[in-house]
Amino acid sequence: MASSPIDLSLALVTAAPDAADWLVVLPVALCIATGALLTMLRGRPALQGGLAVFSLAVLVLLNIGLVSHISASGPVTMMMGRWLPPFGIAFTADMAGALFSLSGSVVALAAGVYSLGDINEKGRRHGFYPFLMLLMAGVSGAFLTGDIFNLYVWFEVLLISSFGLMVIGSEDRQIDGAVKYGFLNLVATTLFLIATGFLYGIFGTLNMADIARKAAGFSGTAPLMTLATLYVFAFGMKAAAFPVNFWLPASYHTPRIVVSALFAGLLTKVGIYALLRTGIMLFPAERAGLSGVIATVAVLTIISGALGALAQSDMRRLLGYLVVSGIGAMLAGLSLGTVEAVAGTIVYGVHSMLVMGALYLAIGLAGRAAGTFEIGGAGGLWQRQLPLSALTLVLFFAVSGLPPFSGFWPKLMLVKAALADGAGWLAAALLIGGFLTTIATGRFFLIAYWRPSSSPQRGEGGPKGRMRGNTGSELAEIPPYPPFGHLLPAGEKGQAAALLPVALLTLASILIGLYPEPLIAAAKTAAEGLVTPSAYIGSVFGGEP
Amino acid sequence: MNSLILRTIAPVLVSLMVLFSIFVLLRGHNEPGGGFIGGLIAVAALSIYGIAFGVGAVRRALRFHPATIAGAGLMLATLSGLVSALFGAPFMTGLWVTPVIFGTEIPLATVMSFDIGVYLVVVGAIGAVALSLEEEEDDA
Repeated sequence: MASSPIDLSLALVTAAPDAADWLVVLPVALCIATGALLTMLRGRPALQGGLAVFSLAVLVLLNIGLVSHISASGPVTMMMGRWLPPFGIAFTADMAGALFSLSGSVVALAAGVYSLGDINEKGRRHGFYPFLMLLMAGVSGAFLTGDIFNLYVWFEVLLISSFGLMVIGSEDRQIDGAVKYGFLNLVATTLFLIATGFLYGIFGTLNMADIARKAAGFSGTAPLMTLATLYVFAFGMKAAAFPVNFWLPASYHTPRIVVSALFAGLLTKVGIYALLRTGIMLFPAERAGLSGVIATVAVLTIISGALGALAQSDMRRLLGYLVVSGIGAMLAGLSLGTVEAVAGTIVYGVHSMLVMGALYLAIGLAGRAAGTFEIGGAGGLWQRQLPLSALTLVLFFAVSGLPPFSGFWPKLMLVKAALADGAGWLAAALLIGGFLTTIATGRFFLIAYWRPSSSPQRGEGGPKGRMRGNTGSELAEIPPYPPFGHLLPAGEKGQAAALLPVALLTLASILIGLYPEPLIAAAKTAAEGLVTPSAYIGSVFGGEP
Repeated sequence: MNSLILRTIAPVLVSLMVLFSIFVLLRGHNEPGGGFIGGLIAVAALSIYGIAFGVGAVRRALRFHPATIAGAGLMLATLSGLVSALFGAPFMTGLWVTPVIFGTEIPLATVMSFDIGVYLVVVGAIGAVALSLEEEEDDA
């Protein structure tokens, strides 16, 4: 081996990596290792929750370390097994990936804490926690990888884990939702794979930094427009953009509420991240050519999502449409493609992860207290669930984009960027979407929270009498906890534990709303890194642009 | 399936197949083969054993639940990648030791332990699928 005639130093990284470089792979390695451990411990459901939450807390810390390392010294790269591109797989984290990864891990931690009181022994035996950790491995891997085929692999990892999470409970409607979700997502991943095959045929490399520096040279000779269109379509489907988003409202209300919160917080945002990575960094010229299409799709997504939310009578379905509407706002930033617009999209992504995750968890608690997820069937939650109602009101304001909460700033950035670009109709769509969302959430809050309950004592057949379209099995799934507007009875610690993650995520939303400068500055850095990726390329190839 | 012929031949066939799967696993380092295909051969062996003697016999013979085997394999593969952290090399770098056992130099590598991890993941995951499918048939 030592007498090899080939000079391997051209193909191998010879320098030892810094200790800080390990921050790029450790989030993924940690999640996979914990997932493996929890799979081995499947016979010990009592241990699983604590271990998973501990590991998610470490994941948040690792991501905080990664963000601070990147903000100090730029993008970080680690080459797997020393092999340089185009041979090896690179893990490259820049500010965009690290920000998404951090907020994703925060949502996962909140969902993990919530799940301690929500996932029963049966769900644990079905493997909720291993699936949760492997889902996080897929999500972290997608945000941190620097190789487009590797990105596909992480999409598969998170997709398979999400199938597992979706059918925990094995109810008919869950299987039904999982089939729709699974089929359409498989179509999108297959398109992604086909596009990546074409891309490899054209470029001879799969490393994203390598593609980014070569793309301009190929633009006249290779069918890059086709590639970019395929990517926009595949990732648009993943992100739930308008014409191809019907899988989301059809499936997101079926799994356990904590699973819905994870999906709403994480999965569509992985699609947005991949759109930013391919559209802004790899194929900027082609994305500019498609910007009219993307803008139209964005407007339709915003408006159809908000109108869909107005029309819903099920709390969870309403939230599904709110997720869709937010995706439209993020697509608006993608269609503009300027640094300000992309920064707006990134801030919106962070806001949407935190707030949508928190909203699903909050609605889970509301549904538990009301005994139904029908908006019309609930009532008087304000009287009985004061802390929860206050948190939900804040989250509704945030998701509608009202100041002083986190939804306001990204919307402002996007509207400003749209006006600066002369796209007044896009700005108008953003504002109308926010207005419609305000009406939808206001209606929800008025009916389910503020309207006095006709029968003050729950459980005397009051809410049940007004139940519409709910089967008995749906009721049976909601544990009949007593309302906890009064002092918590002993033994109901799970209630407080469930309220805590909602409160923390809401606090994060308020903090971002009141003091947005650090996040906006980080998002600007991230957007600049995507628009002019010379630092990203330099971190892979060592300085040479 | 209740067949005297199959039940007679199955133990011999199954032990040969498991042996062959390990051979393919180790051979895979420099030649065609490896953990994935070796694991599939081992699952084929388990399936034949299940057809001959029933799924319960396979589960008893495995001692561990298939998912546990898959988890252990995933853990082994991850740890194999992390070993390089101790030697100042990036994640997943192959590291070698060549101890001399009975006068023969035997090269051992983290690449190999990674591949053994893959083998266990395939045996565990595909084995779990195969066994539950056979159980369905038994019920019918």
